[in-house]
Amino acid sequence: MSTLTKPEAAGTPAGAGDAFLSVRDLRVRFRTEDGIVKAVNELNFDLEAGKTLGIVGESGSGKSVSNLAVMGLHNPRNTTIEGSIKLEGQELIGLPQRDLEKLRGNKMAMIFQDSLAALSPYYTIGRQIAEPFMKHTGANKKEGRERAIEMLAKVGIPQPDKRVDSYPHEFSGGMRQRAMIAMSLVCNPKLLIADEPTTALDVTVQAQIVDLLKDLQQEFGTSIIFITHDLGVIREIADDVLVMYAGRAVERGTMREILKTPQHPYGWGLLSSIPRINASVDIPLRPIPGSPPSLLNPPSGCAFNPRCEFREQVTGDKCRTERPALEEANGHLSACHLTPAQKQSILTEQILPRLSS
Amino acid sequence: MLRFLTRRALGAIVILFLLVLLTYLAVMSLPVDQAMLNCPKGCSPQQLAIVRHNMGLDKSNFEQVLDYVKGLFVGASHGADGFCNAPCLGYSQSRHQFVIDVIMDNYPATIMLALGGSVCFLVIGVTLGMVSAWKQGSLFDTIASSFSQLGQSTQIFFVAPLAMALFVTNLHWLDKPGYTPFTEDPISSITGMILPWLVLSIIFWSNYTRQVRSLMIEQLSEDHIRAARAKGMSNRYVWWRYALRGAMAPIVTIFGLDLGVVLSGAVITEVSFGIHGLGMLAVKSVTAQDTQLELGVLLFSAAAILVFNIVVDAAYGLLDPRVRIG
Repeated sequence: MSTLTKPEAAGTPAGAGDAFLSVRDLRVRFRTEDGIVKAVNELNFDLEAGKTLGIVGESGSGKSVSNLAVMGLHNPRNTTIEGSIKLEGQELIGLPQRDLEKLRGNKMAMIFQDSLAALSPYYTIGRQIAEPFMKHTGANKKEGRERAIEMLAKVGIPQPDKRVDSYPHEFSGGMRQRAMIAMSLVCNPKLLIADEPTTALDVTVQAQIVDLLKDLQQEFGTSIIFITHDLGVIREIADDVLVMYAGRAVERGTMREILKTPQHPYGWGLLSSIPRINASVDIPLRPIPGSPPSLLNPPSGCAFNPRCEFREQVTGDKCRTERPALEEANGHLSACHLTPAQKQSILTEQILPRLSS
Repeated sequence: MLRFLTRRALGAIVILFLLVLLTYLAVMSLPVDQAMLNCPKGCSPQQLAIVRHNMGLDKSNFEQVLDYVKGLFVGASHGADGFCNAPCLGYSQSRHQFVIDVIMDNYPATIMLALGGSVCFLVIGVTLGMVSAWKQGSLFDTIASSFSQLGQSTQIFFVAPLAMALFVTNLHWLDKPGYTPFTEDPISSITGMILPWLVLSIIFWSNYTRQVRSLMIEQLSEDHIRAARAKGMSNRYVWWRYALRGAMAPIVTIFGLDLGVVLSGAVITEVSFGIHGLGMLAVKSVTAQDTQLELGVLLFSAAAILVFNIVVDAAYGLLDPRVRIG
């Protein structure tokens, strides 16, 4: 079930290179006027064919940045990308734009959060869906249009032969997101990166979109990276979960492990801050105190330490001085100085009771 | 579309009507007695009264305006000068011709100047803006934006004599500029206008450079540009088909409005280069105190601007599918 094999060396899954997508020691840096932003640091993960990896984290935690790096969509003028990204064994970092263009939209595709902004207002939905198909398969306009209609039908747009000539502003939010999914899947990509595809939608539509993605994954065997900050959506779709904080992976494991027995104070915070429909209305939500750190000048040691309510339990000043490695504790990987025993007792004595109240 | 055009045309007519009222009021409040100007030296009060009656100046102000408006729609009889067909803009006392005929004689020069000039400023401005956006932050970008600033802050009456002194008097690259009808002699018609075109375009193209540059940069940062690249579209394709497409609607808008401005007469350029167009005519009508001609030129210019405003709004509906007109 798990695509994440247990670690042999710290934080590095075994069998590197076998996976469908394998990201090793990924670092992304932006040069800005204020200095260098270390947006992603030493990130490792694997994704097996046909599986879904959920990436969770706050805004600015590096989840989108790392996936734009996979797609090669960063502006090379102000971005440096180091490490290794292998898609079916092919190294993507350093690949010329021309070769990347052949992969993008073809072997790997991406869905964006704001479908209104991500579709050009000047061209019809049909044309925008047909464009990558025509480019990658050499199909002519008529075949492109037919394929667009076929894809619109597949993602559940009624009267696809009519709606193919509509403009994006004539679609509702949910329909636009379906159209964007059609656009990304038009060439049957093996990898689909969905960057918060449900965040801008209302809850009922969210569920439809998630179901649609799951159905299409079944049909095409696509591997999906699903970026979100909604743990509810993660539970619906992800096989494995990667939790990111300040550009680093802080926790990694199967969906069940991360949601049932999280081992990192940040993961506990995330779970505690979810509103529960059946919880007593008198119990306030527990937000994580503070705000995400600046990546220009991240805190020393563990990046989460200024916001961590358990750092007093770590002996010495390790949280402030030494960065915890991503290591196995109680079943899956987490990066925290607390001992496995401490984590277990905090989880069972403080966190779980909080969640069930 | 038809509904939109009809509505806008009716609106334009209302505006023109108000314009007639306002300008007529302004002209009538001038201390110039048209009858006196048209009376021979030392004319007697009797003669003056006859002239006044012939020019319709003895009627009340209200009746005069009414006559003028009537003339616009059905024409008017001008006694010995014959019948002035609708749209009759009155009779020019200084030219001894119907105003509409004077304007039609002078308008081709303005059209020639406006069309050539607008092609120049559109091509130069958009090209510089595109390259500046492409090479953002480069030396070219800096130089182009400096030149744009310079162009926008300069004056035609300053540049025109300098350009003539340089290219005509000293370098002898061009003949003395002037208007020759294109149908008479196409080549000298063009060579005679090169300098006026370029000088006229100086104050306009800087605007296009800045607009195109910022629009392109703005477009390139849009999500749909990234999404298009994520589909595998090449940088060139994204640049031309996505970014430029988005920048086009505002540029066409500015261009339509500018075209209206230059087609309504570029006064300073025409006077600087001695081109007998609508702008020059406006100046001459004022110096000759020919109120009917002033009024006619003003109305004609206003109509040109209004027409292009309507064209721009109609074009916007065609260029941006989100804009629905009607």
